[in-house]
Amino acid sequence: MSVRGIRAAVSVTATAAVLAGAAACSNPDADDDSGGSGGNGTTAVIGVANEPDTLSPLLGYGKDGNSKLFDGLLARDGDMELKPALARALPEITDGGTTYTYELRDDVTFSDGEPFTAADVVFTYETILDPGTNNASKGDLEAVESVEAKGDDTVVFTLEYPYAPFAERTVLPIAPEHVAGKGDVNTGAFNTEPIGTGPYVLDNWRKGEKLTFSANPGYWGGKPKVRKLTMAIIADDDIRATRLRSGDLDGAILPPNLAKTFAEDDDKQTLAATTADHRAVTLPTDNPVTGDVAIRRALDVAVDRGAMVDKLLEGRGKAAYGPVPTDSEWFAKGTERPYDTELAGKILDDAGWRAEDGGIREKDGQRASFTLYYPSGDKLRQEHALAFAGDAKKVGIEARVESGTWEVIEPRMGEDAVLAGGGSPADPDFDLYPMLYSELAGQGFNNMASYENPDVDTALVEGRESGDKAERKRAYDKVQQELTENPGYVFLTHIDHIYVVADTWRGLTTQVEPHEHGFGSGPWWNVESWQPAS
Amino acid sequence: MARMAGRRLLYAVPVLLAVTFGVFAIAAASPFDPVKAYAGTAGFSASGEALDQLRDSLGADDPFVTRWWDWLSAVVTGDLGQSTSMRQPVADVIGERIGWTVLLCAVAFAVAIVVGTLLGALAARRRGGLLDRAVTSVAYAMEAAPPFWLGLLAVWLFALQLDALPAGGLTDTGTDAVTFGQVAEHVLLPASVLAVSQMPWFVLYVRQGVGDALDEDPVRGARSRGLAERTVLLGHALRSGLLPVLTLIGTRVPELITGALLIETVFSWPGIAAATVEAATSVDFPLLAALTVLATAAVLLGNLLSDLLYGLADPRVGFDG
Repeated sequence: MSVRGIRAAVSVTATAAVLAGAAACSNPDADDDSGGSGGNGTTAVIGVANEPDTLSPLLGYGKDGNSKLFDGLLARDGDMELKPALARALPEITDGGTTYTYELRDDVTFSDGEPFTAADVVFTYETILDPGTNNASKGDLEAVESVEAKGDDTVVFTLEYPYAPFAERTVLPIAPEHVAGKGDVNTGAFNTEPIGTGPYVLDNWRKGEKLTFSANPGYWGGKPKVRKLTMAIIADDDIRATRLRSGDLDGAILPPNLAKTFAEDDDKQTLAATTADHRAVTLPTDNPVTGDVAIRRALDVAVDRGAMVDKLLEGRGKAAYGPVPTDSEWFAKGTERPYDTELAGKILDDAGWRAEDGGIREKDGQRASFTLYYPSGDKLRQEHALAFAGDAKKVGIEARVESGTWEVIEPRMGEDAVLAGGGSPADPDFDLYPMLYSELAGQGFNNMASYENPDVDTALVEGRESGDKAERKRAYDKVQQELTENPGYVFLTHIDHIYVVADTWRGLTTQVEPHEHGFGSGPWWNVESWQPAS
Repeated sequence: MARMAGRRLLYAVPVLLAVTFGVFAIAAASPFDPVKAYAGTAGFSASGEALDQLRDSLGADDPFVTRWWDWLSAVVTGDLGQSTSMRQPVADVIGERIGWTVLLCAVAFAVAIVVGTLLGALAARRRGGLLDRAVTSVAYAMEAAPPFWLGLLAVWLFALQLDALPAGGLTDTGTDAVTFGQVAEHVLLPASVLAVSQMPWFVLYVRQGVGDALDEDPVRGARSRGLAERTVLLGHALRSGLLPVLTLIGTRVPELITGALLIETVFSWPGIAAATVEAATSVDFPLLAALTVLATAAVLLGNLLSDLLYGLADPRVGFDG
């Protein structure tokens, strides 16, 4: 490079000026805020991994309750029991379980001062069910035939068929018709500027950074003590732990290995929430190996669930024998399967799967070998998949572990096994029916293993339609019994969700949590009831 | 000069058209399913019927040429369309975030250029000397260091060990108020990391350029006339040594944009990066197209700028070249 010019210095200055100009144009959206740094126990800053796409209940935000900005007709308490929220009492169920009548509170206003009425309830449910509304969870409400307002304070749901767990669905947040009814439901302003009846109002949502909320002074349940709540969006686990350690966050969700590093901290408390969040291997019925009942049963007893809980989850979890956690009232006692490689070997021998060279069994020229996918980047599922493959190998079955994105996995789900996850604690129907009902085979992510069992189908329908709890329990016991005879999935673990929180508050609790950990789960499920420590 | 700028701008139109067409084609050919992406975790439990309704409503089955043409005709009337992944109009998505990305990039770029030039010139002064060897080897090492890793390291050092700077966000986590002081304090760490990831190229280019100039006859002449070393270095060598840097400015713009993408994730910076990744994996055509146009425009402008500066700095270079 041997060119030189006399105006180089000038041009560098010009460049700098242009860049400075660009910087000055960046237009900070100055935002007036009176929050301040906050006194002891009156502000809470929480680190979460995922940012919501929308804050509109019409598009699915907060559909399982605890949305902070909104309330549902009902809510769940710490023991997952339903209690009235916007409704005055639990619903009256008539007409053989097809009519649900809710009496509404008359002292509730939205945070903009407008009163809450039955029309808002009807608007919310009808909008979600509208085919033009892009709500992926609308299937939750598929039982609903119509929803009607009787006056200002009564709402009547009519169902197409008796659906016992329907009341569990009505924790769904209610949106105000006078605000949310304006503009495009799919992309309108309500998605980012929500108005609700909940304990908090949204102050600011800086996408990619954080959401800030302040206590709703007019909240019908009383003004929360924690008057300012911030949800910081920090996708990376390590960064979240670092910011928690630096005092920037008051609490965060963390994987067990990072949570462990806070064990010695005197000013931090660790909470492990029990969950319905399971990890399971699908055994596709259409695969010649995994479709064989002997193989399925053998795998089911050949996996060392206890070791997975101890080693992969560091003790933070439970062995799983089905979607229903072993400590749930719906769990069928006696369906636990102990780790028994001898039994597995015997089942396979009896069915004609003989060990060949290299230890992998064969039957009629078919090698006992199948592919097991896990979603790439998910470390916990990868570890589960490898542990499963190791256990299977010991009884002569080969699971070839491969990773892929869901785009790669989905077309192969009918043929290949997948390390799946899921779980919804509110009612056994929410997990069992979509996972096992034969007619749902291959529909989206429903019944991924294409499980087909007429006895299970019958029991599933009995379970969802019967209004009698003892009858329901019998039906779901039957389903879980059938899973021991013919497992369509090998359930491995239910994993705890771990939270580390500063020791500034007293009596923090967690609910039984679902697979997703959104804003509503975690110790902050009832942040509006937190009490400062001093 | 004006003619060159005008011609480049005219030339930009077909380039932008081709790029957006390419984006639609590639996105349509990608394995990502917009319906599944839209549904998110809800998609795992969604009923088949709900997914079909979504597919229909999002127009996910339309051929990409149709979608591109619809998008283009709307854009001409000033309507950037609706972002499906953000549930917001595209103009809002971009408007809310781009300022912060521009701020981050501008600060980082300015720091990289100024400090890079300084270090490069100092290293060139005594090639093979201790400073030169140190600067050069660090620069080569930094060239290979991923910005994500640098970011983690910086957070660990400055936020955790030294407790000197905030670890992320635009303002203190507990407050919403956007003041100059707050933003200045918070931009420092991410911008420095981004600057450090860009700096090696400037250091090495300047070192080479200035070093070459120092060996040239006019500089040797100036030295032999007994001019002060400082005058020789700054007055003669640096000026000519800077010319390649001007070219570099244009070509670094794409790298700067991808670097910002990673830095914003590490530091929870509320810029456009997260939206860009989301738009791509969600096959959110309108948002993706708008962002691609912006990025392409930034690159074209960067090139135009460096050519103009080059022309200004060196009279022998014509504006038609």
